Amino acid sequence: MNNALKNRLIDRVFKYFAILSTLFGLVMLFIFLIDILNQGLSRIDWSFITSLPSRFPGKSGILTALTGTIWVFLLTTIISVPIGVAAGIYLEEYGKKSRMANILEINISNLAGVPSIIYGILGLEIFVRIMDLGASLLAGSLTLALLILPIIIVATREAVRAVPKTIKEASYALGATKWQTIWRQVLPVSSGNIITGIILALSRAIGETAPLIVIGALAYVPFVARTPMDEFTVLPIQIFNWISRPQKGFIINAASAIIILLAFVFIMNGIAVYIRYRTQKKIKW
Amino acid sequence: MKDNKNSYKLQVKNINVYYGHNKVLKNVSMHIEANTVTAFIGPSGCGKSTYLRLFNRMNDYIGNFRKEGDVFIDGRNIYDKKIEVEELRKTVGMVFQKPNPFPKTIYENIAYGLRIQGINKKNLLDEVVEHSLKQAVLWDEVKDELKKSALELSGGQQQRLCIARALAVEPSVILMDEPASALDPISTSKIEELIFELKKNYTILIVTHNMHQAGRVSDKTGFFYLGELIEFGDTKELFTNPSNERTENYITGRFG
Ligand SMILES: Nc1ncnc2c1ncn2[C@@H]1O[C@H](COP(=O)(O)OP(=O)(O)OP(=O)(O)O)[C@@H](O)[C@H]1O
Ligand SMILES: [Mg+2]
Repeated sequence: MNNALKNRLIDRVFKYFAILSTLFGLVMLFIFLIDILNQGLSRIDWSFITSLPSRFPGKSGILTALTGTIWVFLLTTIISVPIGVAAGIYLEEYGKKSRMANILEINISNLAGVPSIIYGILGLEIFVRIMDLGASLLAGSLTLALLILPIIIVATREAVRAVPKTIKEASYALGATKWQTIWRQVLPVSSGNIITGIILALSRAIGETAPLIVIGALAYVPFVARTPMDEFTVLPIQIFNWISRPQKGFIINAASAIIILLAFVFIMNGIAVYIRYRTQKKIKW
Repeated sequence: MKDNKNSYKLQVKNINVYYGHNKVLKNVSMHIEANTVTAFIGPSGCGKSTYLRLFNRMNDYIGNFRKEGDVFIDGRNIYDKKIEVEELRKTVGMVFQKPNPFPKTIYENIAYGLRIQGINKKNLLDEVVEHSLKQAVLWDEVKDELKKSALELSGGQQQRLCIARALAVEPSVILMDEPASALDPISTSKIEELIFELKKNYTILIVTHNMHQAGRVSDKTGFFYLGELIEFGDTKELFTNPSNERTENYITGRFG
């Protein structure tokens, strides 16, 4: 068999393999969605969303878990985004040459791969005990912020690095300072990718259970959190708790809560796509 | 009289440039008068771009860049500690080899240099945009689509836009690093005419690989070879009667 033919064959085999892999993923996701919707959709109504947890599955709702998730989402965003984006920009644009930056870079990439439960232990020690925040929303959000910080930093760095050097040179040559160049050229061009990275990171944070359980978030919280210092639960913990109950009714509740959680993540992603679209429209590629 | 700093627009005194241990410019000195066009020629890698970028300190960003000697503009040492690079770059504009417009509108490309100085008054910006585009002979082609992305322009138009962008901050010196090498012959001749026009108000330094271009647009020409300024003088003289054998070999195309 000649080489060109062989290469073309490999090419085709690989293509079909790739298509099959994609299909496999999509089909599994689809089956999962159907199953969850089938089980949980009928249970979702206004009272399910606005009820406190209860011993009776039929009376039980997700109010505390949903508000907890929204709180955690907001606090984690406020804490992690400014720090992560600033650190990413610093490492890429300012700290590039130093050995310190090199060491940091390797460590940050590694941190992104550390199991989340380790962050839980870290959070328990630092935020809950040393800083004495207790098992509060703030402690949980700080822990999750720590968890996703490496992801945001890496995403920011990659987005910033992708900005053509020629654009930056043109800006400097006109007398722009480094900060002006970052603010007026680099960030507008890279913001779409940075936002995508942030949303992926936050989606991960919203789905985390282990680190929050470790810092002491409760499964049963019979009140709605009003300040960042309140104790809390979140949707994944609520789901986890319901699934481990023997009654069929709780299993259905769990499926319904999963739908709500998925919807939350979808909406977040939708917002991200919209922001991306808006910022890209302003950039005249 | 010739030793009076102020009689020259640009003065380079015994410049050595290193990238790490690699010495890329060797003891170069030069005087350049105001409102002239000076061309730099020489084989690839001989240090032309490095030399050009000394005048607006764009080499400063390169990690292992180091220089000895001094560069004066209007009698001021631009490597003096008191000089702010941002201020310097407002008086020394640059046009790059590949057109590099910002991914913004035509208007915003031109206005950028003023906006970063905090100038945001609309009628002033409008005026500068129009004036700069006219100077770069681009106004008639784009006056109805200033809100269009600069990247939708042709390569030649983009390069004239980059020239207009540089002119908008009113520099007195313009550096051009092979400004026409990525362009077609028609755009190239437009750029050359433009350089000729601009000479009235600006001091222009241009790097080119095109011998004919150097001959057409410049008053003085410098020939670089392996980091040395081999010959520097009147363009006509240098091309018709080079005093150095290597210059002759290069301009007659025997190497490089
Ligand atoms: N950033 C850099 N780091 C290290 N060495 C460099 C750097 N830039 C250029 N050099 C070296 O310096 C020398 C001069 O480069 P320069 O770009 O000034 O040449 P040039 O005459 O402009 O070449 P060309 O005609 O190809 O553009 C070359 O040997 C090059 O390898
Ligand atoms: Mg060059």
